[in-house]
Amino acid sequence: MESAVLVSILLSVIAASTPLLLAGIGELVVERSGVLNLGVEGMMLVGAIAGFAVTYSSGSASLGILAAALGGMAMALVFAFLTLTLQANQVATGLALTIFGIGLAAMMGAGFVGHPVPKLPGLDLPLLSAIPVIGPLVFGQDFLVYFSIAAVIGASWFLYRSHGGLVLRAIGDSHDAAHAIGYPVIRIRYLACLFGGAMSGLAGAYLSLSYTPMWAEDMSAGRGWIALALVVFATWRPGRLLLGAYLFGGITILQFHVQTMGLGIPPQFVSMLPYLATILVLCAISSDATRIRLNAPACLGRPFHAAG
Amino acid sequence: MHLEIIARGERSRTWAYLSPVLAIVLTLVTSAFIFAFLGKDPLAALKVMWIDPVLTKRGFAELFVKAAPLVMIAIGLALGFRANVWNIGAEGQFIMGAIFATGVALYFYEVQNWPVWLAMIPAGILGGALWGAIPAFLKLRFNANEILTSLMLTYVASLILLYLVAGPWKDPDGYGFPQSRMFSDAANSPRLISGTRIHVGVFASLGIVILGWFLLQKSMLGFQLKVLGQAPRAAAFAGFSTRGLTWLSLLVGGGLAGLAGMFEVAGPIGQLTPALPTGYGFTAIIVAFLGRLHPIGILFGGLVLALSYLGGEKAQIALGLPAAVVKINQGILLFYLLACDLFIRYRVKIATGRAA
Amino acid sequence: MLIKRRTFTKALGAGLAAGALPAFGHQARAADFKAGYVYVGPIGDHGWSYQHDQGRLAADKALGITSTYVEKVPEGADAERVIRELAETGHGIIFTTSFGFMDPTLKVARDYPEVKFEHATGYKRADNVSTYNIRFYEARYIQGVIAGKMSTSGVVGYIGSIPIPEVIMGMNAFILGMRSVNPQGRIKQVFINSWYDPGKEADAAKALLDQGADIIAQHTDSPAPLQVAQERGLKGFGQASDMIKFAPDAQLTSAVDFWDDYYTERTKAAMEGSWASHDVWGGLKSGMLHMAPYANMPDDVKQMAMATEADIRDGKLTIFKGPINAQDGSAKVAAGEVLDDGAIAGMDWLAQGVEGDLPK
Repeated sequence: MESAVLVSILLSVIAASTPLLLAGIGELVVERSGVLNLGVEGMMLVGAIAGFAVTYSSGSASLGILAAALGGMAMALVFAFLTLTLQANQVATGLALTIFGIGLAAMMGAGFVGHPVPKLPGLDLPLLSAIPVIGPLVFGQDFLVYFSIAAVIGASWFLYRSHGGLVLRAIGDSHDAAHAIGYPVIRIRYLACLFGGAMSGLAGAYLSLSYTPMWAEDMSAGRGWIALALVVFATWRPGRLLLGAYLFGGITILQFHVQTMGLGIPPQFVSMLPYLATILVLCAISSDATRIRLNAPACLGRPFHAAG
Repeated sequence: MHLEIIARGERSRTWAYLSPVLAIVLTLVTSAFIFAFLGKDPLAALKVMWIDPVLTKRGFAELFVKAAPLVMIAIGLALGFRANVWNIGAEGQFIMGAIFATGVALYFYEVQNWPVWLAMIPAGILGGALWGAIPAFLKLRFNANEILTSLMLTYVASLILLYLVAGPWKDPDGYGFPQSRMFSDAANSPRLISGTRIHVGVFASLGIVILGWFLLQKSMLGFQLKVLGQAPRAAAFAGFSTRGLTWLSLLVGGGLAGLAGMFEVAGPIGQLTPALPTGYGFTAIIVAFLGRLHPIGILFGGLVLALSYLGGEKAQIALGLPAAVVKINQGILLFYLLACDLFIRYRVKIATGRAA
Repeated sequence: MLIKRRTFTKALGAGLAAGALPAFGHQARAADFKAGYVYVGPIGDHGWSYQHDQGRLAADKALGITSTYVEKVPEGADAERVIRELAETGHGIIFTTSFGFMDPTLKVARDYPEVKFEHATGYKRADNVSTYNIRFYEARYIQGVIAGKMSTSGVVGYIGSIPIPEVIMGMNAFILGMRSVNPQGRIKQVFINSWYDPGKEADAAKALLDQGADIIAQHTDSPAPLQVAQERGLKGFGQASDMIKFAPDAQLTSAVDFWDDYYTERTKAAMEGSWASHDVWGGLKSGMLHMAPYANMPDDVKQMAMATEADIRDGKLTIFKGPINAQDGSAKVAAGEVLDDGAIAGMDWLAQGVEGDLPK
């Protein structure tokens, strides 16, 4: 295969994987703190329209990206207030947040349908991005792609190397014990939720500013759900999330190439590949039961109330 | 000044009933403000959304037709959620139930007799249960988390549906459009009340509420599930089989979702179409928790949510509100309903000064 | 004969003639008359439902009425309730704008004989149920001609949604047009198995371009594939609306759904009591299908495209006329034979030059 084609295929894999990775890494940190927010899809859509609307109105993509993060955080704040302060059920509140977000994003976006914005520019580094193959792949991406990779490294460092990460994991594994030691369970969970919201918002911004620079209702088309599944796939480890997002994105692209080969397989079956592959790989990496238990936050989804 | 939330010694029975009332009042007030902001008469708009849908016999019947699959699926899910089995793929199990039932309906297309319909019932349950069995097997054999597997299998199920209606099961007289032929009358659920779409499935749902109530609240099994969910280790000590309960949760959850799928194709729709999945499986998760995983609560949860859908359609037609406003209202209703449950277990005090 | 059904222009003529003798021709009635529209998607999809809503707005404006719409109506059990609700609340004419609304529309129509129903893209009619659709394939043929002239690789990437006759006849018309100028032309097709997913549409476009296609055609509604073509400095065709804003250097033309006049005329006929059930499959000639301005192509190609468009409009060019070979090279339509509308509407075979499979 020509290297230009290979580069181009890899570029489309990066594009398909980045929104999953951005939203996934946010949710991973949220879940590590013991909170399950199923509202990723809703936060993503609000981020997508906030980012698009501000970019379109101001002409500044940087402001747009900021607005997307803030939009996602505002949604996450609603979730956190309901589930952490008011102790509402996390699973149902997350689903309700998605319904709310779909409506809110559609209402915010009513005036923005049918307008283009310029695609988020690549941060072309002089000379470096001219290197064959590696250049466009490694040095020609846009800000959000680099940010998604940085977020994986950052989250990995935070969770395993920093004191804050230790506290967060302790809270996720046993909030009662963490509380007894004196860690501020609710405050840390609030912060985690806000981080998750910001990342979902950025995933939305990637959709409406880079992947397909436009706004259309429900444009996330279920990617928030895939991101959620990938956190489980990753067994709550940032490195594996990177792997999972790129595996899923890669097979999504691959299935279109398989379709054009004319193997006589109905396209519906080819389209199943990403889902089936994710299940298969999860089974393979999960069979070692002891390692999974070490990672799954024991308090995931359970409400916490400081006794006394 | 801030809110202080203090745990009650035990669950308040009064608030168990009062909290939904409070939530609905709060929703009505909030919605009224939204309507006023949008330039609609708030009281008239509230009437359109919450009262008009059930003013006629047909409307009242539609409420139950819409709620039936939600309630049926939610009861099955509640079983699993009590045991911490996170089946979020009921949508896929719903689709597979519809597919299996359709298989029977099409295979016996020439048989113009009611046993066809009768045979579709176990087929639907089987289809859903089979699709629920896969996550159960993968969880117990490979330790694979059911959140991921059940969700991914939903996408697979909808692609199987697309394949069948565009390929082998395509209506031969349908100009190539991707849907099965209309079922013969024998394969459609009997309509029970003339002038409405109330079918046997609606009553089956009510039956399952009662059965579920007995099973979850009154039987040893319900107790085992509860213990497993709240204290897995205690359950192990007591000799409850985690494996057995995981199987049971996913088979029953899948089976009921499949049954709901069967009643959907054999009732209001009457054929297999790619438009079958409309998110019942996901909405039912909300219904399960709105009902606090209790069968009677689920029945009410399902009715409230169904009413919000019907009212949303009314609002679009009578008030010219876009679907987005309807969704936002629905989200707010759910937020209030979920948040007000706080009062069952906690007292809220408005305190001044710093918290202790 | 290409147009065996009653043509749209004829129907319009009948409507206008009857309009001279209105049955209930009071001005006061116009304000009371209500039209209802049922959409499968959100009007914010900027595609299928959005274009129908544009038609609705135009009709409202022309007739001085306000209409009702319900968006995001699932095609399953909910559709019947929504349509019934519209009939129940005094809507004189109801447009149901997706194939999946066919049986629910007929069911409700039986109970409301005085209400007029218009179902888009279906094939079941009744005394008070009309059907209407656009011959999108006419635009595909013109696009094929343009692609035949413009493609250097001779390979067009074609993004399909779901393999239905609508999509298949479009692909076949496209390859017939393409091969009329480049006998070696080929289509590589991909189905995304979804009506609506801008991201996947973009992914599919990229995959097809990586497979050697240099022009993108789409039977999905979002401008995402065109944006990909724009980014790569290649060309493509829009769908549903004029998408030139999204791809100023890439869009060659676009097949624009234009419902404005149809909705105006049919609503007017219902208001005046001259409405009669019919089946309209309108194309370029009826004005239901527009070609967006030809752009980003040399003048000779533009001339050729315009000539092709004129020939189709005047009936000089018949698209599905033999000899047409099937995908495997066997004769499908004999020389001189012309497919009738029934054969076109149910098309389930791919013509020679289209690569890839259809589910059987």
